[in-house]
Formats: sequence, structure tokens, C-alpha cells
Amino acid sequence: MKRRYLIVALIVLSFTSLFIGVKNINILDIIRLEDDKIQILLISRIPRLVSIIVAGVSMSMAGLIMQQLTRNKFVSPTTAATVDSARLGILVSLLLFSSFSSFTKMVVSFMFALAGTFLFIKIIKSVRFKDKIFIPLVGIMLGNIIDSITTFFAYRYELVQNISSWLLGDFSMVIRGRYELLYLSVPLVFITYLYANQFTVAGMGEDFSSNLGLNYNKVVNIGLIIVALSASLVVITVGRMPFLGLIIPNIVTIYQGDNLKKNLLPTAMFGAVFLLFCDILGRVIIYPYEISIGLTVGVIGSALFLYLLFWRDQ
Amino acid sequence: MSSKKKLLLLLGCLLLVSIVLYLTISLNSRNWDFALPRRIPKAAAILLTGSAIAYSTLIFQTITNNRILTPSILGLDSLYLLVQTSMVFVLGSRTLEVISGTSNFLLSILVMLVFSGVLYKLLFRKENQNIYFLLLVGIIFSTFFQSISSFMQMLIDPNEFSIVQNRMFANFHNVKTDLLTISVVIFATLALYTYPYISKLDVLSLGRDHAINLGIDYDKVVKRMLLVIVIMVSVATALVGPITFLGLLVVNLARELLHTYRHHDLIMGSMLLSGIALIGGQLMVERIFNYHTPISVMINLVGGIYFIYLLLRERKG
Repeated sequence: MKRRYLIVALIVLSFTSLFIGVKNINILDIIRLEDDKIQILLISRIPRLVSIIVAGVSMSMAGLIMQQLTRNKFVSPTTAATVDSARLGILVSLLLFSSFSSFTKMVVSFMFALAGTFLFIKIIKSVRFKDKIFIPLVGIMLGNIIDSITTFFAYRYELVQNISSWLLGDFSMVIRGRYELLYLSVPLVFITYLYANQFTVAGMGEDFSSNLGLNYNKVVNIGLIIVALSASLVVITVGRMPFLGLIIPNIVTIYQGDNLKKNLLPTAMFGAVFLLFCDILGRVIIYPYEISIGLTVGVIGSALFLYLLFWRDQ
Repeated sequence: MSSKKKLLLLLGCLLLVSIVLYLTISLNSRNWDFALPRRIPKAAAILLTGSAIAYSTLIFQTITNNRILTPSILGLDSLYLLVQTSMVFVLGSRTLEVISGTSNFLLSILVMLVFSGVLYKLLFRKENQNIYFLLLVGIIFSTFFQSISSFMQMLIDPNEFSIVQNRMFANFHNVKTDLLTISVVIFATLALYTYPYISKLDVLSLGRDHAINLGIDYDKVVKRMLLVIVIMVSVATALVGPITFLGLLVVNLARELLHTYRHHDLIMGSMLLSGIALIGGQLMVERIFNYHTPISVMINLVGGIYFIYLLLRERKG
């Protein structure tokens, strides 16, 4: 996993992403400054590219932090009730704050995501036996429960289909004016970088890190807030990407070991490359229509993860 | 008579009372010949699914040695939803005309069994495979199925989505009598087949090593039991739809109340509790919520909260 390959892949895929679409655009058009084509780039293609990269980066970094803090390779925002709680938050904001701005909705959803993640951490702290596969099971069960609460209300207010399509990962609706919230995750990336070493130490366990003079609870809380915030930002603006936070950090740590600071950049880039690849694939397969990215990521991600499981087992 | 027997008897009486209440509520001389023929199959379906789910969850928890799992984690629920969604996706509003209840039932069971067969082959190809591994693989498959179904659900016309939505949640309103008969036959056969194994399950709950030491052919028993579980869950799901947390709720309640490891008592207790919970829930759905809330959502809510309580309590216990 050489860094320069990742950079090259990222650049190539970014350009491909810019120039794929129903409206045919090539570089000459931009040089000639054709007005309508520039408009398409500015309104649709560039926002799409940016949001994919930001979503890929923040989701995979969130996964990395969670895996470090829980010392478990199978934990991620999807398997730790974060995404399901964000979904409950969306429901609540659709029901109670339907007339408010999408920023308010995001804040509500963020609160729920944070609460759900903390609940999960509280539960796994209290479960005595920490099997590496048992922990994500708890997370998934917890997610199911939160889901059933969501369904309880969604069913009453006829929002089942609405919620399910809200959350399906899909970049085709990303245009100027509808994705800018995602930019909020950019400072999160820097905060993660600042705290990277602390997270690595915290991953060694509460006693050990307290011995080293680290304020364990504070660091864990910061990590969780970052995770909840980035997960809810992505879920609200573009939908859920199953397994993204799980596979990417795992592949990177297989190659690079567990030093978080060293892993951050490759994980972030690999996440962006993977998501871009899935997006381009979804746009090409049934051109000029699109397969939404939730599906391509789900399919490729599940296959990769299964492979990873069998492979790591040996 | 021991306190366990008394408790079981009490639960039996409670179940009987709730069945009678369910069948006779607001019944009078003018409507009984209309209402009873409709209520009796419903009650029978409720009892059957309740028993099948309680039975399979208990066995599943014993072989996985874990009290917070249910067989629906194997991915069968999401596969069922995928089958239902694809039908509506392909056939659209003609779904109900083209595919009858019976063929839907058989098709769903077939797909679920084929899937579990493949999973099973994959898993037991190697010796001594960790059972948690099976669960994780099941979970991944269920996410995979969910991705596909939610993509299709997004594309489906909202009117046609109502057909899917109807099947997303378990309900007992339109249970067909002939399907009920088939299901009863399957369940009875399986229950008879597993009867000799029930006492072995007591030993199995000591864990793998102890069970082998005590002369149980562990791998063989576990494989057979898994097969039985899968068939039972498939039948129950295809008959009424998915109810994820019912098994979790009733089996744990039964353990709590009976304080025993003997599976004969536990199975009785959890089946009775399951019947009480479902019939009581159905009464509430019909009389209090006026059909606004599907019963499975209610059960999942209650069961889910109980599950969190169980997890958090373990810390203190």
C-alpha cells in the first residue's frame, strides 16, 4: 500500500468522476470556457466529487478511531449503533422540526448519534467477556433495537419509505446548496490528527493510559464525539455507506500496524479512493441511469469483508 | 408439586384465559358465526409462530452459549424482506394477482432454506469452526440483502410499497388455513424429532468441552439443531413475517422466572410466555391501537428495551 499509488489513484479517479455523466464534458470545453458546461461542473460535478471525498475520508477515519478506542477490529459506526441512532434522530426531526432548516435537523440527528454511541460504549464497558466478534454483535443488536423504535413511529406516521430512502447512500442528489454541511467534517479531520497519538495510547486500555498520564475519559469522549459527528454528517447529507468504516481501516492496518498517526492519512485516502471507485462503477453500469452508491458499497463491501474474515482467520 | 410446576401451571392458565378472552371479546349471539371462524385461525397461527420462535431461540441460545442472541441474526429476516421486495419490484401492482399466498409461502421458505444450506456448507467445511463466525457472516449477508432491498424500495412506487410494507412487519390478519396446516405439520414433526435431544441440551449448556467429556457428540448435535432452528424460523417468518425480538424476550423471561437449566421446563415456559405475549399483544393491537401499530413493532420495542436492561444489569450481577 504505497502512498504514491494512492495519490495517483485518487487523482485519476477524481478526474474520471468529473467527466462522467449524461452531459458530455471534456477538458477542451473547460479551456474554451463554455458557459453551460462550466455551470454543470460547478453545480453538480464538483460538489459531487467533493462530497464523495469528504464522506470517504470522514467515514473511514471514524471507523479507525472507533476500532482503536474499543480495541476491536470489527467495530465501526455501522456496527456500533451510531448510524441507527442518527436515523432515529432524522425521524424525530422530520416529525417535530419539519419546518426548521436542515441544519437544525442535523443537530438533532447528531445528538441522537452521540447518545447512541455513548450507550454502546457504556454497554461494552459493562460486558465482562470481550470476544472480538461478540462486541460488534452487541452493537448490531443495539442498532436493531433503535431501529425498531424508529419503525414504531415511522409506521404510525407513514414515513417508512421516506426514511428508508433518506438513508440510502446516494450521491446523485448532491448539487450546490444541498451538501455544504459536509464541510463541517473538514475541521474534524484536523482535530483527529491533533489527537492521533492520544487515541493510540488510549487504545492500550484505561489503566495503562492513565499510568502514562493521559486523561483517558476525556480522550475517549473526544474520539466518540468526532465519530458521532462525522457519521451523522455523512448519513444526513448523503446516506449510509454500509461497512465503509469497517473495511478500509482494516485493510490499512493489515499493511501498516496499529500506529494511528501513521495510519490516518492512508486510511483517509483509501476511503476516498474506494468510495470514488464505487460511485463511478454505479454511474457506469446502467449508464445513463445510476445505481445508488449504498448498493455498490454494500455489495463490494460485503464481499471484501467476507474475504477479509476468511483470510484473516487463516 | 414443585414451585416450577406451579409456575408452569399458572402460565398455562394465563395463556388459556388470554385465548378465551381473545376469542370471546365483544362476541354476541348475532356475530359469533362470523367472528369465531376468523378468530380461531388467527389464534392458532399466533400460538404456532410463538411456539416455533420460542423453541428455536432457546435451542439457539443453548448451542451458542449466549443469552442475548436470536436466530434472526443469521440473516433470514432480511432475506425474507429481500424476496418480498423483489417480487413487488418485478411484478409491481400485479404482485397480489400473480403470486398467491401459498406460492409466496413456499417460495420464501425455499429461498431461505437454500441460503442457510449454502451458509451451513460454507461454515462447516472446516472442522471446529467458531459459531460466532457463522453469526458474523450471517450479519454481513443481512447487510448485503438490506442494501439491495433498500435500493429497490427506493425505486418502488409508493402505492406498491404498501404491499412491501405490509410484509415487513409480522401480522396475523390474513393467515390462510391451508398454510397453517402445513406449518403445524412441519412444526410438529420437528418438535417430535428434537424431543430426544432436549435432555442432551442440558448437557450442551455446560459448554463444548464439558459436553464432549460427558459423552455428547457435540458437533453432530449442534449441526442437527442448527438445521432444525433454520427450518422453524423460515416457516414462522414465511407464515406471518419477521418478529426479531420475540424469542429474546420470552426465552430470557422464562429463564428469569423458572431459575432452571432444565430444557424441558424452559421450553414449556418460553412457549407459554410466547403465546401470552403474542395474544396479549394482538389484543392490544386490535382493541387499543386500532391496528395502527403492527404487533411485531410493539414486540420489538418491548423486547429491545428488555435486552438493553439485560445487558446493563450484567455489570452489577
